[in-house]
Amino acid sequence: MMEQRNFRLLGAKGPQETANIAWSRKPEIARSIGPAPSGKPSSKISSRNVNFYYGDQQALINNNLDIAGNKVTAIIGPSGCGKSTHLRTYNRIFELYRNQRVTGEIFLDGENILDSGRDLLELRRRVGMIFQKPTPFPMSVFDNVAYGLKMHYRMNRHQMSERVEKALRQAALWEEVKDKLDQPGTALSGGQQQRLCIARAIAVEPEVVLMDEPTSAIDPVATAKIEDLITSLKENYTIVIVTHNMQQAARISDFTAFFYQGLIVEFGATRKIFTHPSNKQTEDYITGRFG
Amino acid sequence: MKERSFIFRRLTDLLVRIISALAALVGLFFLGWIIYIILARGAAAINWEFFTELPAPPGMPGGGLANAIAGTLAMTVFAVLMGVPIGMMAGVFLSEFGRGSRLGEWIRFCTNVLMGTPSIIIGVFVYVVVVLSTGNFSGYAGAAALALIMLPVVTRTTEDMLNLVPDALRESALALGAPYWRVTLGVVFPAAKTGLITGTLLAVARVSGETAPLLFTALNSTFWPDSLNEPTANLTVTIFNYAMSPYPDWQAMAWGGSFLITAGVLSATVLARGILWMRSKNR
Repeated sequence: MMEQRNFRLLGAKGPQETANIAWSRKPEIARSIGPAPSGKPSSKISSRNVNFYYGDQQALINNNLDIAGNKVTAIIGPSGCGKSTHLRTYNRIFELYRNQRVTGEIFLDGENILDSGRDLLELRRRVGMIFQKPTPFPMSVFDNVAYGLKMHYRMNRHQMSERVEKALRQAALWEEVKDKLDQPGTALSGGQQQRLCIARAIAVEPEVVLMDEPTSAIDPVATAKIEDLITSLKENYTIVIVTHNMQQAARISDFTAFFYQGLIVEFGATRKIFTHPSNKQTEDYITGRFG
Repeated sequence: MKERSFIFRRLTDLLVRIISALAALVGLFFLGWIIYIILARGAAAINWEFFTELPAPPGMPGGGLANAIAGTLAMTVFAVLMGVPIGMMAGVFLSEFGRGSRLGEWIRFCTNVLMGTPSIIIGVFVYVVVVLSTGNFSGYAGAAALALIMLPVVTRTTEDMLNLVPDALRESALALGAPYWRVTLGVVFPAAKTGLITGTLLAVARVSGETAPLLFTALNSTFWPDSLNEPTANLTVTIFNYAMSPYPDWQAMAWGGSFLITAGVLSATVLARGILWMRSKNR
């Protein structure tokens, strides 16, 4: 009954209208997910009974997910299923908006980040984020990368230059921009801008990097570069990536979570999800048989 | 089913086009007329003495409006110093810290009311609060009245310009662990820079032609202003007094003053447009 109500709130058509389309049925939760694990989680990030609300509308329902350290975890699912919403709870960026709220627990290294006393600046230093559209700040390439550094560290010009160069090298952008560090960040191409944003995020040396459809606004060649980059970043960072592109999820991720209507329908090793999904809806989605 | 007449539809379209174009032309026509008259009558009064000399008594040759020009400039500068920082901070509150809050809604409502308040009422208010309590008319009172008129304009322009900055930019900066005030000053403000400059210029243009609030506050003077603590000469009240006078040479001076103000407002507006145009070209 409860689930049925949530289903309506999410704005989907009632089940009676669409009962003949298998895809539009109420999400079935795979048995493999089971009830919320109890005890102190050992994963890098663990969400427990996370519910999320946009005003009165519930967007996430009892999400339980464990993100492994130094791996790439992909979050897939149709539009409006709550992928981005889930991701945006990990650094509490949603709190910019007054009518959005979350309940439940999210552990980062065993500490609940949803505690009200939690220092958001510190949390966001540890959990960086890349957005769908590149968002270079209205300042030079150098200052873009240095922006986060200045927030968290006191350092002289020389140390700063070293850190900026290191971040740009890690983001595979140094060779392309080393002669135009003084130019505005907005003057770079779209793909370069997105790598600039990645450099900016990793310059503060976070532990986790959240990526919200980082290549959806970028051409295929630049996308390939960014995918290579993500694979190489795995060594130092834990990466959670929301993507609409299932080939991308299959190519770069170690684990995949499939979201549907605010529920985590299936979660497991990417290889398994893409070859032997245990849930009918997951299978329908990844084989493109929906809506 | 019958097809609608093709010719009839074409005619209706043509008719609507002609009517709307005519309406636009009427507005342009009057603007052109105003500028023509001011140019034709005012340009003749403009000469070197106009900018350098104090007003002469009626009938005496020469004389200028140097004191009124200086007074208007000084009061405008003080009004900008008072009105712009407060207005901008209020705009920041509406667009950033108070977004979606009830307090923000109330402030926005009050700002709109203040913006719609006739300027003569602002003048009377400042007369009661400043002039009566200090005991004399002063340039400061005039500047305060102008600042009060600018305040809501700057507030709303700032809010609108900051709202144009995409939230993704704020999120990106916040996601790096930057505190909100630094995001506002370091990222959102620079992104809205040109819009903010334009808004301020337009607010200045808006107050530089105000007469009513100065009548009760700065009053006017025929002397050089030693400080803003005394009745201060200004262009608009001078135009008002001279234009009402029966002396042809004073009336000519009033035309000259009108010309100067129009030129100032026009160039501020053109400058603002130019800045916006440069911005769109750079994108």
